[in-house]
Amino acid sequence: MSILKDAILSAIGPDAKFDGRNYPASMDFCTVPRGKFIDTARAMKKANALLVAEWSADESPLGRGFGVYACYRWGAEYLIVKIELPYDDPIFTSISGKFLPAYRFERQMMSLMGVVPVGHPDLRPWIKFEDWPEDAWPLRKSFDASKPMPRVEGEYNFVRAEGEGVYEIPVGPVHAGIIEPGHFRFQAVGEDILNLEERLGYVHKGIEKRFESLSWQEGSMLAGRVSGDTTVAHSLAYCIALESMTGCLVPQRAQWLRALFLERERIANHLGDIGAVCNDAAFAFMLYQMSRLRELMMQTNHKLFSHRFIMDRIIPGGVSVDIDSGGKEMILSELKQLLKEFNRLMAIYDENSSLEDRVRDTGILIPEKAREICAVGIVARASGMNIDCRMQNPFPPYDRIGVNVPVLIYGDVNARVYIRIKEVRESVRIIREILETLPTGPTSADCKIPAPDCSGFAAVEGWRGEIVYWLQSGPNGEINRCMVRDPSSVNWLGLEQAVLGNIVPDFPLCNKSFNQSYSGNDL
Amino acid sequence: MKILKQILRTGIVTEPLQSEVSAEIRDVGAKLDEVIRKRFRGSLTIRQVDAGSCNGCELEIHAINNPIYNCEQFGIHFTASPRFADMLLVTGPVTRNMEIALRRTYNSTPPPKLVVAVGDCGCNGGIFGETYASLGGIDKVIPVDVYIPGCPPTPIALLNGILRAVGSR
Repeated sequence: MSILKDAILSAIGPDAKFDGRNYPASMDFCTVPRGKFIDTARAMKKANALLVAEWSADESPLGRGFGVYACYRWGAEYLIVKIELPYDDPIFTSISGKFLPAYRFERQMMSLMGVVPVGHPDLRPWIKFEDWPEDAWPLRKSFDASKPMPRVEGEYNFVRAEGEGVYEIPVGPVHAGIIEPGHFRFQAVGEDILNLEERLGYVHKGIEKRFESLSWQEGSMLAGRVSGDTTVAHSLAYCIALESMTGCLVPQRAQWLRALFLERERIANHLGDIGAVCNDAAFAFMLYQMSRLRELMMQTNHKLFSHRFIMDRIIPGGVSVDIDSGGKEMILSELKQLLKEFNRLMAIYDENSSLEDRVRDTGILIPEKAREICAVGIVARASGMNIDCRMQNPFPPYDRIGVNVPVLIYGDVNARVYIRIKEVRESVRIIREILETLPTGPTSADCKIPAPDCSGFAAVEGWRGEIVYWLQSGPNGEINRCMVRDPSSVNWLGLEQAVLGNIVPDFPLCNKSFNQSYSGNDL
Repeated sequence: MKILKQILRTGIVTEPLQSEVSAEIRDVGAKLDEVIRKRFRGSLTIRQVDAGSCNGCELEIHAINNPIYNCEQFGIHFTASPRFADMLLVTGPVTRNMEIALRRTYNSTPPPKLVVAVGDCGCNGGIFGETYASLGGIDKVIPVDVYIPGCPPTPIALLNGILRAVGSR
C-alpha cells in the first residue's frame, strides 16, 4: 500500500477517486472535488511529501473544463491529485501556503492559462510580461498561437526595500557573459544583499503551446530543445512519458544506450560547471583545463554519435544510433585518460586555499530551506536531501547497476561543486558498467500513437536534477497538453534564498554554482 | 607546484597534431588572423546576445574560447558591453519578451557593426517557428549580415561564419 494514497484516503476518505489509467506502476492518481484540493495539500504536507509540480490543462476538446493537477513525491512514490474547474468559473484554492514552489507554479498557471488561485499572496504575472494583453492566455485552446500579440501599456512592481543607505541594483536581461537572459533586482546595503528578486520569462518561446501543434514524433525533437545543455535528459523524459501511454516496450540495448548518453551529458556539463565556478572565483586555470576535457568528450560524441550533444539521438521507442566494439574501446580509453586528469585537477582544487576561501561558506542554502522549496538535483543533494530519480525510480539499466548518490549538508558553493565532482566519478563507473553489460539486439521498437484521452508521466534525473514530463492525449490521440517541469522551475527559488546576506560580488559565484536553466524555466 | 606541473604536462593543446579537426582550425584560423589583422587592426570584439536560444548555441560559442579552438589567438575577443563591439553574435529565435532588449543592444553598438545570426533558430526561428511568443529569425528584428545555420553550429562552423562576416563588407 502506498503511503501517499493512505494519507489522502485518511484525510478526505471516499471523496478521492483513485483510478489507474495508463500511469506507470509507481504512480497513483486521484480526482478530488474542487473544495478538497487544499485538504489534500495539507495531508501531503503532513505526510512529509514534496511538491513536484502543479499545472493546469485545458480539457475542453475532451468535453471538460480545466484540469488542475498537483504532483507530490515521497521517496520513490509519486501521486497526482486532480481537480476539475468549470470553464466559466476557473477558480481554486491556492496551495502556496502549504508548499512554497506552488507560489511560482500558480502565478504561471494564472498567467498562461487564466485559472485563478484564490488566496495566493502575489498575483503579479510570471513569464507573461506586463506588455501582454491581460486576457492573453496562450495555453487555452481558444488562443490562436500563430498570431503575433499586440503590446499594451503596463508596469511590473518589483519588491523594494527602503531605508538609509539601501540601494537597488538592476542586472540584465542582457548579461556580461555568454549566458542566457534574465533579470535580477538586488536590494543592498553596502555590499550586503538584503533581497534578490528574479524576473524570468525573457526566453519564453511558447514551447508548451508549440507541442500541441506537433506530432508525437516531432515532440521528441522539441523536447530536446527545451534546454540545449540537457537535450538528452529532456528528450528521454518525453519519450518515457510517451512510451508509458502507448505500452511501447523499449529494447534492452536501447535502454542501455539511453543511460550511456545521459551519463555522458552529466559528465560533460559537470566538467563545464566546475571550471566555470572556479573561473568566477578568479581561478581561470581550472576553467581552461575543464573546458579542454569537456571538448574532448564533445569530439568523441561527434565521432561516435555524429552530434556533439547527442541531440535527437533518443527517439520514441528507442535510440537512432548504435555503438560497435571500436566505439566502446574509444569511450573506455577516453574515460581512463579523463579520470586520470580529473583526479589530478581535483587535488589542485582541494589544495588551493584562496579558492577555498571563496567557495566555502558562500551562498549557503540550508537544508530546511532546500526542503521548503522542494529543491531537486545537485542543489538538493548539496543541502542534505537524498533524492535522485536514478535511485528512486530506476529504469533499466539503473535498476541493475545502481547509483551511489552523494549527499552533503553544508549547502554552500563548495558543496555544490563537490556533488558534481563525486557525480563525475560515479558516472564514469556507471558508463563502464553500461559498456560491460550492454545487451545485444535491436535499438528501437515501433512506438504507436496513444489512445484518446489518456496521460503519461515520466521523471528522469538530468544533470541538473529531476525532469518531469506529463503528457495528455486529445480526442483523436493527438497531443492535447505537454507539461514540462525543468529542475530550474523549483531550484531558482533556492538561489534567491542562498544569496541573502552574501556580498554582491559573490553573486556570480553563487549563481554559477546553481547554474539553472533560463530556457527550461521560461519554456 | 601542482598547477605548474599540470600546465607543463598539458603543454599547448591549441593545435593537437593528431586531431582531425586541427587542420580545419588551422585553415580557418590563418584566414581569420589575416582578415582581422588587416581590417580590424588585429582585434575583433564580439558581443554575444542570447535573444531566446535554448542555450545549445551558447555552449558552442563558449567552446570556441576553449584551449582547443582558442579564438583569442586569431584576435577574437568577447566583450561585456555592446558599446565596445564590432560584431553582434546573436542566437535565436527572437522571443517577444527579448525583442526590446535586442533592439536596445543593437542601438548601443556603434556603427559600422556586423550582425551574425547563429543557429537554425537564429536564421529562421527553427523548430519554435513564428508564434505569439517567438518572432522567428534575428532578421525579423535587426538587419543581419551573415547566417550560421546548425543545431547548434559546431565551433568550426562558428569560426567559419565569423570569417565570412569579417570579409563581408
